[in-house]
Amino acid sequence: MSNTSKAMRQSLALRLSSNAFLLFWCIVAAFPILWIAVMSVKSPVDAFAQSPMDVIFGPNTLARGDGLSVIDIALGLIVLFFAIRWMFTRLPTWVARYSTGSGRVIGWLLGATAYALVFLLVFFGLLPLVLAPLNALTGVLGEPVLGLTTQHYVAVWGENEFYRNFMNSMLVTAGVVTISLTVGTLAGYGLARSESDLAFWLLILALIFRALPHSVLVAGYLPWFINSAEILRPIFGDLSPTLYGQPWAVIAVLVAINQPFTIWMLRSFFQNIPAELDEAARVDGCSHFQAFRRVIMPVMWPGVITTGLFSFLLGYNDFLVTSLLLDAQNQTMVPAIAGYFNRETTTTDQVEAVAAAVSITAPLFLLVMVFQRQIVSGLTAGAVKG
Amino acid sequence: MNFKTFFAFVAPSVFMMILFIALPLVSVFIQSFQITQPVMQQLEVETCTPGFITQTCVTELKTLPVIGEDGKIQTTTEWVGLQSYRNVLQMDKVWQALSSGRLADILQIDFWKALRFTLMFTLLTLPLVIGVGLLIALAVNNAARAVRGPVIFVSLLPFIITPVIGSLSIYWLFVGDGILTAMMEQWSGTNISMFAQSWTIELLMYFYRVWHVAPFAFVIFYAGLQTVNMDTLESAVIDGASRWERLRHVIIPHLMPLIVFIALIHLMDCYRVFDEIIGFRSQAHVISLQWLTVDFLTPDDAGNRAIARASASAMLTMIGIVFLLILPLRRTWRDHKGSAHS
Repeated sequence: MSNTSKAMRQSLALRLSSNAFLLFWCIVAAFPILWIAVMSVKSPVDAFAQSPMDVIFGPNTLARGDGLSVIDIALGLIVLFFAIRWMFTRLPTWVARYSTGSGRVIGWLLGATAYALVFLLVFFGLLPLVLAPLNALTGVLGEPVLGLTTQHYVAVWGENEFYRNFMNSMLVTAGVVTISLTVGTLAGYGLARSESDLAFWLLILALIFRALPHSVLVAGYLPWFINSAEILRPIFGDLSPTLYGQPWAVIAVLVAINQPFTIWMLRSFFQNIPAELDEAARVDGCSHFQAFRRVIMPVMWPGVITTGLFSFLLGYNDFLVTSLLLDAQNQTMVPAIAGYFNRETTTTDQVEAVAAAVSITAPLFLLVMVFQRQIVSGLTAGAVKG
Repeated sequence: MNFKTFFAFVAPSVFMMILFIALPLVSVFIQSFQITQPVMQQLEVETCTPGFITQTCVTELKTLPVIGEDGKIQTTTEWVGLQSYRNVLQMDKVWQALSSGRLADILQIDFWKALRFTLMFTLLTLPLVIGVGLLIALAVNNAARAVRGPVIFVSLLPFIITPVIGSLSIYWLFVGDGILTAMMEQWSGTNISMFAQSWTIELLMYFYRVWHVAPFAFVIFYAGLQTVNMDTLESAVIDGASRWERLRHVIIPHLMPLIVFIALIHLMDCYRVFDEIIGFRSQAHVISLQWLTVDFLTPDDAGNRAIARASASAMLTMIGIVFLLILPLRRTWRDHKGSAHS
C-alpha cells in the first residue's frame, strides 16, 4: 500500500539502503546454517580449512576420490527442482484426492512421509546408479570437480547408531504434540468461552508458569523420579516403575511445561471462532461437548496445526529436560550430540558432530518450507491477542 | 458456560499443570531446606595384600555408607534451614570482598558470576532484538512484494533452529581456525582465539541470541505494520513530518503493544539462558543461573547429585522471575479490572 501512495514515495538512496540491509540480513541469517551443511560433506582437512574456497570446493576431498562431476550437479539440481515443485503442486492435490474432512491431517502426515521416502530412494538410491555409467561415458564432463563425501553421515547414522536417537526424538515429539493438543484444545476452548474471573486467573497463572526456568522444575522432579519405584510401591506393588529414564515420563513433563503456551495460543484461536456457532448448536439441543465435537472441531484445524508446530519445536529442540531425565540408552538427538563433545578429539569426530547437527536441522528446514504460513500466523496470533 | 462444564473442559490441563509444575515447585521449596545424605559409619577395615611368606595386613578406620537390608545405601534427610542457600550465595566471601574493596572478587563466586551474566544478557539483548526486528520489518515492508516471501522464509531459519545446534553452528565458524576467525586474523594480522576469554564469548552469545530471536520480533512487527492507519500517515506527511518523525510519532506508538509483548516474552526466555552455554562450551568462562542449577543436578564423578544446592539456586532464580514479571502482571490486572468495569 505504502509503495503506491504518492506521498509515501521513497528516495532512491533510501530504497537502495533498505534493500542492501535486507540482503545483508538474509546472508547473516542463512550463512551459519548453510556453512555447517557445506562442512558436513567435506573431508576433515577441507572442512576446517583456512580458506573459504577450500571449504566450498574441497580439493582434499576430491583428491581422495569423492566428488561430483558437472553432470552429477546438473542432474541432481534438476531432480531437486522438480521434487520441491511437486511438493507444492502435486502433493497437495494427491492428499486432497485421497483424504476427506477430519482425515486430512492423517492424509498429510502419510503423504509427506511417503513423499520423503520416495525422494530419499530416488535421490540417494536411483540417481547414483544412473549417474555412474553416465559419468563414465561422457569423459571430461564426467570428471569430478566438486569435492563431496557422505562418509560422515554414514558414520553418524550407521556406526554411531544415530537412528536410535532419531527414533527416541520422534517418539518423544509425537507424544508431546498429540497429548498437549488433546489436553490443550479442550482447555483452550473452555477458557475462550468462559468470562469468569477464574478463567482469567488460570490464564495469569499459566503466564507465570510459562516464565519458570525449566531447571527449577527438573530440580523438583529428579528426586521423585529416581525413587519413584519405592514411592509408588504401596499403590502399584511390584509393577511400580522408575520414572527416571522413561520416555513417557519425559513426554508428560514436556506436555505440562508446554501447557501454558498451548492454552494461551489455542484460546486466542478459539476466540476468533464466533461464539454464535456453538450457541446455535446448543439451541438445537447439543450439550457443550457435543457442540464442541460437531461444530467446533471441523473448523479448528488451522489453529490446532499451528499450535502443534510450536509443540513440535518444544519437544524436538529440548535439551535441558531430556538430558537430565533420560539415560544414555534412550537419549534423544539433541542431548546425544553433546556426547560428541566429550570424545571430539580428532577432526573426523568434529566433522561427524557437524553432520549430526545438520541431520537434526534438516527436518526443521522441511518444516519451515511446508508450514511457513502457519508459523507466521501462529507468531502473530499470539502477539495480537495475547 | 456454567462452572461445571468449564471445569470439565479445563480439568485435564489444570491437572497436568498442578502435577508437573505446581507440585514440583512446592517440592523444590521444601528440598531447599533439607539435605539428604547417605548415613555414614566408621568401620575398622582390615585390608590384606599378599606378600612374601606372610600377608601384609593393614587395619584402618574408614568412613563408609551404611548398606540397608535391601542392599541400597541408607540415607537420612535433615532439616538444615538456610544452609544450602548459604552454600550457593557464599555471603561470607561477598562481605569479605566488599570490606576489602575488591569488588571483582564477588564475580569469582559461581552464583554471582551467573547472576551478573544472566542479567546483563537479558537487558542488553532486549533493545537489540527489538531494534533489529523493527529494522528488518521496515525494510521488508519497503521491499518489492515478490521478495517478501523468500525473505520471511530465510528469516525463519535462525528462529526455528534448535538452540543448541544454532549456537554450535556459530561456534564452529569461530572455533580455533574456524573460517571467520581465520578471516579476522588475516585482516588484523594478530592471533585471535574467540573462546579463550569471557568477553569474546559473551559477544558471540549476544550475537547468537539476537540472530535467534530477531526473526520473531520481525514477524510480529511486520504483521503490525500492515495495520498502520494510512490516513494518519498521510496527514502526517501533509503536516510536513519527515520520515523519521513519522516513524517516531505514528508507527512506533502504533506498535507499542507489540513491543511490550515481545519484551515480555524476551525477558522470560532470556532469563533462562542455558543452551548457549552448552553450544559454546563456555562453562569455564561464562555461566548462567539456569546452567548453575543444571550443573548441581548433574551427577558428579561419584554419582551424587547436589539436589539441595540445586533447589536453593532454583529458588533464588525464581525470585528474579518474580521481579521481572511483577510490572507487566500489575498492568494486565489493571487492564482486566478496567475492561470488567466498562
